[in-house]
Amino acid sequence: MTEAEPRGAHSGGELSPQAFLDVRDLRIHFPTDDGLVRAVDGLSFHVERGKTLAIVGESGSGKSVTSLGILGLYNKRNSKMSGEIYLDGKELVNAHPDEVRALRGNKMSMIFQDPLSSLHPYYTIGWQIQEAYRVHNHVTKHEARTRSIELLRRVGIPQPDRRVDDYPHQFSGGMRQRAMIAMSLSCNPELLIADEPTTALDVTVQAQILDLMKDLQQEYNSAIIVITHDLGVVAEVADDVVVMYAGRAMEYGTVGEVFYQPEHPYTWGLLGSVTRMDRDREDRLQPIPGNPPSLINVPPGCPFHRRCRYAALNGGKEREVVPPLEETTPGHLVACHLPIEERRRIFREEIATHI
Amino acid sequence: MIQYIVRRLILVVVLMWIVSMVTFGIFFLIPQATGTNPAVLFAGKAPTPDTVKNVEIKLGLNKPLVTQYADFIGGIFTGRHFDNGRDKTNCPAPCLGYSFVNDQPVWSEMISDLPVTVSLASGASILWLVSGVSVGVVSALRRRSFFDRASMGIALAGVSLPIYFTGLVLLDLFSFKWQILPNVHYVGITQNPISWARNMLLPWIALAFLYAALYARLTRAGMLETMGEDYIRTARAKGLTERRVISRHALRAALTPIVTIFGLDLGQLLGGAILTEYTFGFIGIGHLSVDAIGRQDLPVIMGVTLFAAFFIVFANLVVDVLYAFVDPRVRYS
Repeated sequence: MTEAEPRGAHSGGELSPQAFLDVRDLRIHFPTDDGLVRAVDGLSFHVERGKTLAIVGESGSGKSVTSLGILGLYNKRNSKMSGEIYLDGKELVNAHPDEVRALRGNKMSMIFQDPLSSLHPYYTIGWQIQEAYRVHNHVTKHEARTRSIELLRRVGIPQPDRRVDDYPHQFSGGMRQRAMIAMSLSCNPELLIADEPTTALDVTVQAQILDLMKDLQQEYNSAIIVITHDLGVVAEVADDVVVMYAGRAMEYGTVGEVFYQPEHPYTWGLLGSVTRMDRDREDRLQPIPGNPPSLINVPPGCPFHRRCRYAALNGGKEREVVPPLEETTPGHLVACHLPIEERRRIFREEIATHI
Repeated sequence: MIQYIVRRLILVVVLMWIVSMVTFGIFFLIPQATGTNPAVLFAGKAPTPDTVKNVEIKLGLNKPLVTQYADFIGGIFTGRHFDNGRDKTNCPAPCLGYSFVNDQPVWSEMISDLPVTVSLASGASILWLVSGVSVGVVSALRRRSFFDRASMGIALAGVSLPIYFTGLVLLDLFSFKWQILPNVHYVGITQNPISWARNMLLPWIALAFLYAALYARLTRAGMLETMGEDYIRTARAKGLTERRVISRHALRAALTPIVTIFGLDLGQLLGGAILTEYTFGFIGIGHLSVDAIGRQDLPVIMGVTLFAAFFIVFANLVVDVLYAFVDPRVRYS
């Protein structure tokens, strides 16, 4: 905690009125035999009702840990969590596990990636949806069943009154994800976290699932967090974007800002890694060199400096000082040592033409 | 589901048929092919030429092989008369052969010893299933705790120690030193159920200890694996209590492999628990088969072989059906 606190991580600073979901300086560390894994290290963001925030980054950047942390799925025995998470004004990090459990699946719920392994193979789809509904609502079995059929219909499962008694293995991949969504919607959650909701699906089904999520958001006015490494999904659904790297936010702003005026070299790298079929073959894909750092030994200074093409422009500062996440324009935050004018020039002259 | 069971039943019949052929082959065909007279083998240890002749005619060894096999199988379903012209030996169905050593149908010998074996296997299996699974679950949930380390240590001892050691230690302590339990001997359950249970207790514990150890380790491993599954995370994300996550979601999946081995272990034990029976001086199927081997009483050996094979095949059937109940993916494939 000796590093610079990324104050101002959400526009307006800590005194601003709390957003519906307000995450402040979240840290999730796991002590292991090999050392302390800093999976999330000082992350702040906020989401309002009816809005969608996308968290993007490579595998191992702490995206999924963040979402599981918000849901309170880590226990205090094998993890250390600090910071604050406010959901509709209620602080969750220091709340009693039973209080968080009562909110889980109810006020906040989650859609997991890979719906086949995330659904229990031995229970029917209907049973699993009913269980989610009944744990938070005092209803009869019959009412729960009616509710589960209604939910399946709502997410577009044909003949829901029959399919409700099917097992997960009898559903196709897209239908399983729909069932998963139905389950997470059973208690009308106000916060929905979708962890790579379309990764396991084929492209045509991906679009359907994203449309479905947008429809449901409009209907229930819920806040959504989408975790993904697919920038196409981000462009499709998100209002705001957090670019995560090594457990920290590198860039945070609206989709327009992050996609069209990105100022962090890592964001440039991510955008350059998207295959562009309208370019010459050698220009189609420009991967970021190297691999994400180990979360046990995060490089000192800027965690990205070893992979950054522009690191040398900072005169050694990049190896010693963690760049704070600072506003470049109101609401658009970047954690980079490069002077604002310099990085805007680099983007204009070298990057914009390639991505 | 019914279709599935019917398919399995057909398979059982086919399997038993193959088992009978193999058994018949081993006991009748191989001796004849290698030039040994099976009658000599079937007549017991050091038979007189007269006995051999008697056996030869009674078994119909002069008839073609196909007829011999048909007679053998027919005997199981309809009974059989062993006839040598002078005297007739009756062997009612199910006739698994006739012991020429003590002039008894094999079936009646086995039936009289079966209650001992069934008593032993049933009581012990319930004991080891309940204790093994519960210890395994608690160990998995409190991984690396004192309970986990202690119980896994004891489990290791349980797997390693032979039954004639644990059995004798138990006998020495409970029956002789402290005299809490009687000097173990078999009492029929119909004669005196309480005495039956008191006498069975030590054999049950000794036998269950061996298996419980194995089951505890298997359950622990299964639970640890299941608790890491994605659907357990989903169950927690629904806001279920940890108790419900474990009992309804984790245990259900972790127990499926246990069901499989349990069926097979029980089936095998019903074919005779030789060491346990000898340790406690019980005359069960296991004892019978060892005795028969000592006397070279081939008809009995053959009968016990078929009998044990039947239990194992039958246990497999039960396991398959149970599996279909537990795991819906099996049902429809």
